[in-house]
Amino acid sequence: MINRSHKMSERALAVVTWAAAIVTIAVLAYIIGFIFVKGVPYIKPSLFSPTYNSDNVSLMPALISTILMTALSLAIAVPLGVLSAVYLTEYAKRGNKAVALIRMTMETLSGIPSIVYGLFGMLFFVTFLGWGFSVLAGTFTLSIMILPLIMRSSEEAILAVPDTYREGSFGLGAGTLRTVFRIVLPSAVPGILAGVILAVGRIVGETAALIYTSGTVAQVPENVYESARTLSVHMYALSSEGLHIGEGYATAAVLLVVVILINTCSAWIAKRIGR
Amino acid sequence: MERRSRLNETLKFGTRFGTFKEKFMRAVFFLAALSSILAVVLICYFLLANGLPAIGEIGPASFLLGKEWSPSDTPPSFGILPMILGSIYVTAGAIVIGVPIGVLSAVFLARVCPKRLYKLIKPGVDLLAGIPSVVYGFFGMAAIVPFAGNSMLSACILLGVMILPTVVGISESAIRAVPEHYYEGALALGAGHYRSVFRVVLPAAKSGVLAAIVLGVGRAIGETMAVIMVAGNQARMPISLFKGVRTLTANIVIEMGYATGLHRDALIATGVVLFVFILIINLSFSALRNRAL
Repeated sequence: MINRSHKMSERALAVVTWAAAIVTIAVLAYIIGFIFVKGVPYIKPSLFSPTYNSDNVSLMPALISTILMTALSLAIAVPLGVLSAVYLTEYAKRGNKAVALIRMTMETLSGIPSIVYGLFGMLFFVTFLGWGFSVLAGTFTLSIMILPLIMRSSEEAILAVPDTYREGSFGLGAGTLRTVFRIVLPSAVPGILAGVILAVGRIVGETAALIYTSGTVAQVPENVYESARTLSVHMYALSSEGLHIGEGYATAAVLLVVVILINTCSAWIAKRIGR
Repeated sequence: MERRSRLNETLKFGTRFGTFKEKFMRAVFFLAALSSILAVVLICYFLLANGLPAIGEIGPASFLLGKEWSPSDTPPSFGILPMILGSIYVTAGAIVIGVPIGVLSAVFLARVCPKRLYKLIKPGVDLLAGIPSVVYGFFGMAAIVPFAGNSMLSACILLGVMILPTVVGISESAIRAVPEHYYEGALALGAGHYRSVFRVVLPAAKSGVLAAIVLGVGRAIGETMAVIMVAGNQARMPISLFKGVRTLTANIVIEMGYATGLHRDALIATGVVLFVFILIINLSFSALRNRAL
């Protein structure tokens, strides 16, 4: 009798578990399929013409702005993030008060929602520093947003470098600095890169932090003091105007392709580290 | 003799220069590490300096507990209770939908899934985390809104899907962190595979799963664009699952574009309230995670 009910509950649990997993994957497949089916028919050459107007609804300027802002944000956040990770792992002594504080702020930063970053960027970069709605303001806001991500992945990558490497370098007479730049960082590059790719994904998908910092002008910016919209902001603008929903789907499809590429890259690098 | 002393001088200079460089770079590393502290201080300062005076002017009680948000009336009223409740309800709905599926999926990935299938599903879950929120919003507008309307229900369903990868990821690592002999012990006592997993392994991973849920709450409450696109955004007390609702995040994005004066400051104060919510959630997340690991 007991045996029978055990068998029953065993089977019920199996069904529930499998069902949940199937739902998760089905939802993913549905979202991706839906966007591609609706978007791909609208992908035509005019969507990629170099300037935007309300006839062609070109996504090219937004694509260029996205690449520009991603590159600039990485140029700010990667050096800062990697250098701070070096300090935390190679220089700071155990039980250092500053380190505890830095870790805490890092965790705080990584939990802040993007709209709060957007508000801060608007108050500080746009208004207080007087940069206006500009690529520069958007870039700095994004850099702060991805900083904790880069710090954490760099820290993990540096910690994963075996101590024997450092001991070997010290034994040959190298100082801390030389050991860091010649031995530790080169071995940590794949891990750091994985973090950078995650950060790129975060930037590409960002909207709320950018609407009130970099603004929504749909043209290629001539310099960093001009406003520009990234692909995600472009999509949001299309949806709120409500006139070019088809082109919106096409943009979504392009954005999805970018995200899938980014994810494949990071998975590939993660696999190489694992080996 | 002379040559040797010169060599000595060079060496000395060399090492002195070396230690200078070491010290200098140490300072550079330290300064870089301070950047995150600086960022948090700036964020707190600018939000509070702009938001708190507005709360003071409106009055904390009528701001936080006021049921009326009509900034363009004369006199205007700035009560954000509808939005606070909106955020809480929508998040609760997302948890109800996302957590059971997410935790069960995590059990599946950690304990049931064949290795070959895992290689297919895991990247899928990661991809779910990588899809931008506007794309979720677009999907919601076209696939959920036609059935559920611009309503609280639509927002709950969409957010439930959006927090899935967070819940799955952290729960999975918590379940994997449970020592193998717990499971083996349960098997040895005659429990079946699933019974061992659900009665022994999953309870042992409780703190980690709870941490996953808390982080999911953080994601849901902070989510902006996807919610705006499906929730209807009426600034009134939430009355029904099938009627429109406005969250704290939506309030900021929708009105910041044209707000001026006290209205603008009231929106920043909305951001302050959101920020405080998130800080509380983050603190409980770190507490739970430290207990789990």
